[in-house]
Amino acid sequence: MSDVMEKTLTALPSLLSLDSQPGSAKLSANSKLGNLIRGITELTSKHEEEKLIQRELSSIKEQVSSPNTTMRQMKELMVRTIYCEMLGYEASFSYIHAIKLAQQGNVLEKRVGYLAVSLFLNESHELLLLLVNTVLKDLQSTNLIEVCMALTVVSQMFPKDMIPAILPLVEEKLSHSKEIIRRKAVLALYKFYLIAPNQVQHIHNKFRKALCDKDPGVMSASLHIYLQLIQENPEGYKDLTMSFVTILKQVVMGKLPMDFNYHCVPAPWLQIHLLRILSLLGKNDQSMSEIMYEILDESLQRAEMNHNITYAILYECVKCIYTIHPKPDLLEKAAKCIGSFVLSPRINLKYLGLKALTYVVQQDPKLVLQHQMTIIECLDHPDLIIKRETLELLFRITNAQNVTVIVEKMLDFLQVSEDNHTTIDLVGKVAELAEKYAPDNEWFIETMNTVFSVGGDVMQPDIPNSFLKLLLEGFDSVEEDKKLRLFAVNSYVSLLQGEPSRLPQRFLQVICWVLGEYAHLNEDVEPDAVLRLLAKLLDMKSSTSETKSWVLIAMTKLCSGGAAFSVAHEVSETYGSSMDTMLRQRAQELQHLSQDSALQSRVFPRSGSQEPVEVDSSLSFLDGFVSEALAAGAAPYKPPHQRQEEMSRSKVLSLEPYGLSLPISMSSCSVTDRQSPTLLSMSSSLSGDSAELSHKASSTTLKLDGVTRVWGREGYLVQREPVQEAAQVEAPSPLRSPRQQGDEDSPHSQTPTPTPTPESEQEKQQLASSLFVGLASPSSVSLMGKSEQTSQRFRRKARIQDKPPTSGEQINNLPPGGAADLLLDSNVSSELVSSLEQTHRNSLDLTANGACDAELPDGDVKEIKTPLSTDDSVLAAGLSPHEGPDRPKDLCLTSYLPAELSGLSHSEITLLCTNQSLDLSACHVQKEDCVELVVFIKNSSDSAAHQLQMQISCEEIEVSCVCDSPVEELKSHSVTVCQYFLTVKRPSVCFDLVGMVYYQLAAGSLQTAQFLYKLPLTSFIRPLAVSTEEYGTMWLAFSHDTKQNLPLMKDEREPLTATLNLLKTKLQLHVVEIIGEEGIVACCLRPDQQCLLHCRMHAGMLAAWLRSPVPDLPDSLLYHCQRALQER
Amino acid sequence: MFFLLPYTVCNPCRRVNMMRFLLLFSRQGKLRLQKWFTAMTDREKKKIIREMTTIVLARQPRSCNFLQWKDLKIIYKRYASLYFCLAVENQENELLALEVIHRYVELLDKYFGNVCELDIIFNFEKAYFILDEFLMGGEIQETSKQIVNRAIESSDMLQEDDHSEWYEVELFGP
Repeated sequence: MSDVMEKTLTALPSLLSLDSQPGSAKLSANSKLGNLIRGITELTSKHEEEKLIQRELSSIKEQVSSPNTTMRQMKELMVRTIYCEMLGYEASFSYIHAIKLAQQGNVLEKRVGYLAVSLFLNESHELLLLLVNTVLKDLQSTNLIEVCMALTVVSQMFPKDMIPAILPLVEEKLSHSKEIIRRKAVLALYKFYLIAPNQVQHIHNKFRKALCDKDPGVMSASLHIYLQLIQENPEGYKDLTMSFVTILKQVVMGKLPMDFNYHCVPAPWLQIHLLRILSLLGKNDQSMSEIMYEILDESLQRAEMNHNITYAILYECVKCIYTIHPKPDLLEKAAKCIGSFVLSPRINLKYLGLKALTYVVQQDPKLVLQHQMTIIECLDHPDLIIKRETLELLFRITNAQNVTVIVEKMLDFLQVSEDNHTTIDLVGKVAELAEKYAPDNEWFIETMNTVFSVGGDVMQPDIPNSFLKLLLEGFDSVEEDKKLRLFAVNSYVSLLQGEPSRLPQRFLQVICWVLGEYAHLNEDVEPDAVLRLLAKLLDMKSSTSETKSWVLIAMTKLCSGGAAFSVAHEVSETYGSSMDTMLRQRAQELQHLSQDSALQSRVFPRSGSQEPVEVDSSLSFLDGFVSEALAAGAAPYKPPHQRQEEMSRSKVLSLEPYGLSLPISMSSCSVTDRQSPTLLSMSSSLSGDSAELSHKASSTTLKLDGVTRVWGREGYLVQREPVQEAAQVEAPSPLRSPRQQGDEDSPHSQTPTPTPTPESEQEKQQLASSLFVGLASPSSVSLMGKSEQTSQRFRRKARIQDKPPTSGEQINNLPPGGAADLLLDSNVSSELVSSLEQTHRNSLDLTANGACDAELPDGDVKEIKTPLSTDDSVLAAGLSPHEGPDRPKDLCLTSYLPAELSGLSHSEITLLCTNQSLDLSACHVQKEDCVELVVFIKNSSDSAAHQLQMQISCEEIEVSCVCDSPVEELKSHSVTVCQYFLTVKRPSVCFDLVGMVYYQLAAGSLQTAQFLYKLPLTSFIRPLAVSTEEYGTMWLAFSHDTKQNLPLMKDEREPLTATLNLLKTKLQLHVVEIIGEEGIVACCLRPDQQCLLHCRMHAGMLAAWLRSPVPDLPDSLLYHCQRALQER
Repeated sequence: MFFLLPYTVCNPCRRVNMMRFLLLFSRQGKLRLQKWFTAMTDREKKKIIREMTTIVLARQPRSCNFLQWKDLKIIYKRYASLYFCLAVENQENELLALEVIHRYVELLDKYFGNVCELDIIFNFEKAYFILDEFLMGGEIQETSKQIVNRAIESSDMLQEDDHSEWYEVELFGP
């Protein structure tokens, strides 16, 4: 089919003049668009084109704004405008007319109108609000084509805040009689789920209906949603595994209508979706995996045709087989399949083969050995993409023996690559490998030098940070540390003597720090010589002021001694009057400290640099100063977020156009109700942000989704069976030399390239033996299993008081470790995962002295899993008290409830987690201004636990604890209680509190226990007593709102009062006033987080309109209202 | 007792469409069709279009059809004088994306009958309509040639009196 378009196509202008065009093209060639296009092709310069288009646009502008233009003409004008925009000329004047066309045209015109809207605007554009009414109308149309168009545009772009307005209509379409409508409705809901998951939570059971739809198109559309849902929570959908397997079976067997075939392959897109879903469900779950084996085998066998689409299916199959619980004979078949990819002469397949190898290499390293010659050829491939993918593969097989070769290859690639994204990624990888496997000091420092020069100012900031930390903390031997630092100093001195202006700023900063700290180690270099070198940096034009202040700090550290003094004095003279306050400050420090060597050695002690510096972060020493200033009439300090909030609030007030006292009518959710310009901009910025966020997240973190996480900072962490199983299956002995193996494989792998000369062949073999060393030899066992001495060389020392990193960035950048594997498929946030790794690293290093830090003890695994499996019960307990099986425990724990809380009602005490030594339970108490969480820690072991520390965190909640010193000792079988005050930072439907307890048992080893506690928003809601007037002013001031129709208790005598009273009792809202068919209700989370509800009876429903100063609060509260009314 | 400072948000299951954008451009680098599946400003769009045309047009003939660009995978294919260029998630299956392009070409071919670049230039709005039936919100919607074609043709045939019943039979099958 690829020759479909391979038709004789001579020059454009000559064709245009002919009338022998295929029907459709001929028609438009004579139209105005045709004239325009012809006009453009006849032009010779860009400038002429610009003139022509500008002329065209101004004539269009004139016509569209003329009242005499019919919709039919408008349609034609719009098509021309689209063309001009495509050529890169802005025509924003036409946007509003596009909306008008979609609104007023007949079906054909409407279609062009919608198309223009979807091309001109994006979902954060404010004009889009004007489309909402049109969409609403078209969704209700009896004309199916209009409904289709509305659904299409909705799934493409729709303002997030407006979803509630059309949601019921879209939902209704799920049971439409035409499958095309059902299919589009499912996809529209999928889109809603992506942008506002809270709002479609209540229709999950309808998705199931879509999955069982008799039309395969609707069913396969619903798989988009399921893939997403299962990715977030695989546990919740295990019961569907059998259904997915059955569907896949039917598809593979060709039971679907021929329509769904693609090049004789039955519904490939559907197959691939199902395979992805199955791999998520079968991951780490033997019983689920067993259900799938048969169909996976069948899929592998059926996909034998030589076509891209079959290879695409095979690739997914292989990935699935390697993701789920392993089965030897399937693995063998999958391995063969990867082989055929890698050896294929077709470059696309080769690429995919490399990708597959990268994916499976951790489980099956020998597969790489089989294909080593091909890999080496790929390494020299002229196509950079292939090269890049090969490096990715090599990165995963790096060990202490091949690190130098692999890093060299990576650095070579960096020299030719021009793409920033690739540079950042590769530089990070090189730094990681160097830190992990460096064979000696010289190599390490030199490699890092290259990393800093190449990575320059684009690399991740944590690379220089961790490098400096490594130098500072050192390793186990003092002698080695000194050598490394000395080597670094020498290397940097010679760099500075060369051409420092060519070095990136970040590198210069590293150099400054190292020289400042360690230049004294080299006794041959005079301090004033170093000072002069540093002073040279200050004079360079390219130095930024940040670098300059690093230079000055380094000088301050070095400036003791007579000869150095003059240099220091000169520099501080120059910069003491700098415009930059930071530089001025540094220069002052330099001046003072260079004159007073006693003070200097106190401020910068040479030996004591490893002691953690105590920082008084509360700045309590300034208290006196502050109180004096306050007394003198200074304004009290406000944190930035508060300032911003106040500013935005005042803005909202001033921009509200007319003094509406109360929302009077809301019979239709039309845009005319929403005249406030702030509302428009609010919504646009909201949805814009979300898109940006996802971009950011993807660019700063290593992307590892879908890749089995078996690599930690310590190297390869083996705890899975596949390696052993594969070892039994694989026939070739792992002891064969790489050379032999290479000989065998080379005939296949040479196919795409001309026969190499014997010498180059020999070269390749040499490269092969250096690249793949350690994979086949017995030493590879040590690589894969236990830690090697050499590979530990540059690992940071484990420290008992290793505090968790304080910045979020650092946490996210940690490479995933073993525990991640177990947790990935649960819906625990990645923070939990990385903090888990932290604790694991700590505890393991301490217990085993690094002897077995690759393996996770079983006990720990359970510790993690327990709290997760109790998720649901905790949630249930949080929402409604129920009789749990832990009743007796509850009773005995109640007595430990702190006295001041005993008068208040508390939620059921739920068991969160148990392990060999601790039982953790918790409950929450609703107090007037906050919620108090009470955690009971019971020591169930026979020995005492020491140094109990607990931390609780949640993104959306501010946690502060009542007493914050660690519990020194918890005697055997006794209970201690920790209390936390919780207030809401950012509203959400439900909050997940992640907690972690660190403690030491008698043996002195640090243990941890994890738990998750779920709290619904309702626990935080308090009635807000306001008068109707106050309500009116507040209503106008609040900027975040949402609307939705809620069910009304129609069977009651006074439905509105009854419904509001129900909400009042269930959610603790305050009913301000009820007048006729309208009612106003108020509540708050904290005094400054209010939420107002305006309710009105309309067409047998309760039209609810929520407003709040806090984003997300209206949505979350609405969810609970809906739930409360449905549960009734 | 110590607390971790607030974490930065990092959801392990990022919610994104499979496809990010689709561009059609000629061998001379002239844009013929653009479809964006995520919200982007005009500036970003222009920048991407410029970068894509330069990178793709500079590719050597026998290199593979995939490219790494920022955190996305670019899958491109040339049909006669026209380049189709699709950006997908990094984890996506590249071959499958290649077949998405191919199916779109087949759909165009079926509608126009031996499609060529000129058909797309003069009837780009039709090409968009076909695309909208085939992909929806960055995901595959309908892969059957017959169904897509039926949907397009029957809306083409609509007349002013659009409340008659006959076209529904055409569009949605009996």
